[in-house]
Amino acid sequence: MLECKNLGIQFGGLKAVDNFNLNIEKGMLYGLIGPNGAGKTTVFNLLTGVYKPTTGTIRLEGNLINGKTPTQINNMGIARTFQNIRLFSNMSVLDNVKAALHEKVRYSLLTSMTHIFGFGKKEKEMDELATDILKVFSLDDKSDTLSGNLPYGEQRKLEIARALATSPSLLLLDEPAAGMNPNETEELMKTIRQIRDMYNVTILLIEHDMKLVAGICEKLSVLNFGTELASGTPSEVLNNPEVITAYLGE
Amino acid sequence: MKVNKKTIINIVIMLLAYALVFVLINSGVLSRQYKSLIVPICVNIMLAVSLNLVTGFLGELSLGHAGFMSIGAYSSALLSIALSNTFPPVLAFFTALICGGISAAFFGFLIGVPVLRLRGDYLAIVTLAFGEIIKSIINYLKITGGSKGLSKIPLYSDYKNFTVVFVIMVITIVLISNLIDSRDGRAIKSIRDNDIAAESIGINISRYKVMAFVIAAGFAGIAGALYAHNVGIIKPGIFDYNKSIEILVFVVLGGMGNIPGSIISAIILTLLPEFLRGADNLRMLLYAIVLIVMMIFNNSKFKSGLSLNRTFRKLGREE
Repeated sequence: MLECKNLGIQFGGLKAVDNFNLNIEKGMLYGLIGPNGAGKTTVFNLLTGVYKPTTGTIRLEGNLINGKTPTQINNMGIARTFQNIRLFSNMSVLDNVKAALHEKVRYSLLTSMTHIFGFGKKEKEMDELATDILKVFSLDDKSDTLSGNLPYGEQRKLEIARALATSPSLLLLDEPAAGMNPNETEELMKTIRQIRDMYNVTILLIEHDMKLVAGICEKLSVLNFGTELASGTPSEVLNNPEVITAYLGE
Repeated sequence: MKVNKKTIINIVIMLLAYALVFVLINSGVLSRQYKSLIVPICVNIMLAVSLNLVTGFLGELSLGHAGFMSIGAYSSALLSIALSNTFPPVLAFFTALICGGISAAFFGFLIGVPVLRLRGDYLAIVTLAFGEIIKSIINYLKITGGSKGLSKIPLYSDYKNFTVVFVIMVITIVLISNLIDSRDGRAIKSIRDNDIAAESIGINISRYKVMAFVIAAGFAGIAGALYAHNVGIIKPGIFDYNKSIEILVFVVLGGMGNIPGSIISAIILTLLPEFLRGADNLRMLLYAIVLIVMMIFNNSKFKSGLSLNRTFRKLGREE
């Protein structure tokens, strides 16, 4: 469903990502790992249109997506979360998710300004859809809280909820477990598997937590200095001597 | 329309405000001087609320709001002068108002498309420059009367027609508050809070930036039209950057993204210079001092202490 060929980006003389290939099948839980500065987030930024690739192609279900804007790419079905949380912190938890339902439930500017012509019905539809998603993350009882006031772990969850609200076919999670304690990580692993099954979404995640990666990913790619070091099943990859060298040194 | 407690309270407040001003005008309590301030207060409220859409909710600093106001004022004034002999006053006035709003919105679009690529300080300076350009052009053109200004504008919206002005102001406030509390409003606020995240969930940032800018400009144009038909004579000098800054002060003092705040601060700051008239030479100095004191109070521990206080919280919840 997602296919990257020979993907690369150059910042000045630095090749942040070079000759990167990725092939993700539908419904897969795919992990992207690598030491700090390997270019994992850059890959995400390429996939979501934040950066334009200098070489190579990205195809989502056969459609070429490089060169498109982040907005267009999201509309085509890729949603993401961020390594450094980017919530709409002055908006309520519910509004964060409702903002993401923007394309799904539509009404005209005239309806927006007058609050008539079916405004109530559409808003109710949005409320219900948003609450359903929040329930999955047990955030539904906090829907009126300002999202900036949520504890860290819940902010991460809300980001995933918001990304899911755009009904993506591919969900990119950038270090979803960063800063979580082992119990929270455990719970997150369950949630990630659950949403994959519930929403029929393919998931690509970046993670440092090897336990999480080995626990839920079906396939892994290892990135080092912008190029792919290895790929395969978690046990293959994590026992690969090159990968161990990259992480631990000689 | 959702009818809940909040809506009802807002309607009651509006009706009370209207009744109060109505009584004040007709009972003869107000001197001529204060009566003449009633329409400018409404105009300033409209300007503050519309600028709040750009500054408070979209999160972009615009210093050219007086420019849009002047476009609305001049285009509507020219039209209603031209129509005054042929059209009945009501029709001429509303045509002029709508024309003022649309032409300001059109210029908002024209300026917004290239300028909204810029951010923060850069945008502020470009909008400031835009306001000055409009002023210079109006100064230069013959049709606008140059620096002598445009006079003999029919007085359709002076305090005798207060009801019309009040209704237009209320409509402006309602439309903008509704907008903020809707799908499009959430998109606008999400851009303010985090534009990269807004893009990532499929919100077309440039479209919404321009939309907010155009809507704000349109309402500023209508406010300008009301202003022109209130004073009867307009000069380019009125719409300089001082006016833009004044509007921005309303917004900042009332609180970014706070519509009731904008309304209250527009009322207070329009009345203040009049109250201080007795102080004569010291007037502007006192105005500045009051402004500083209010700004400090607005951000003080004292105020946040008040807002945490039980009794005050109860009062606040009523609103």
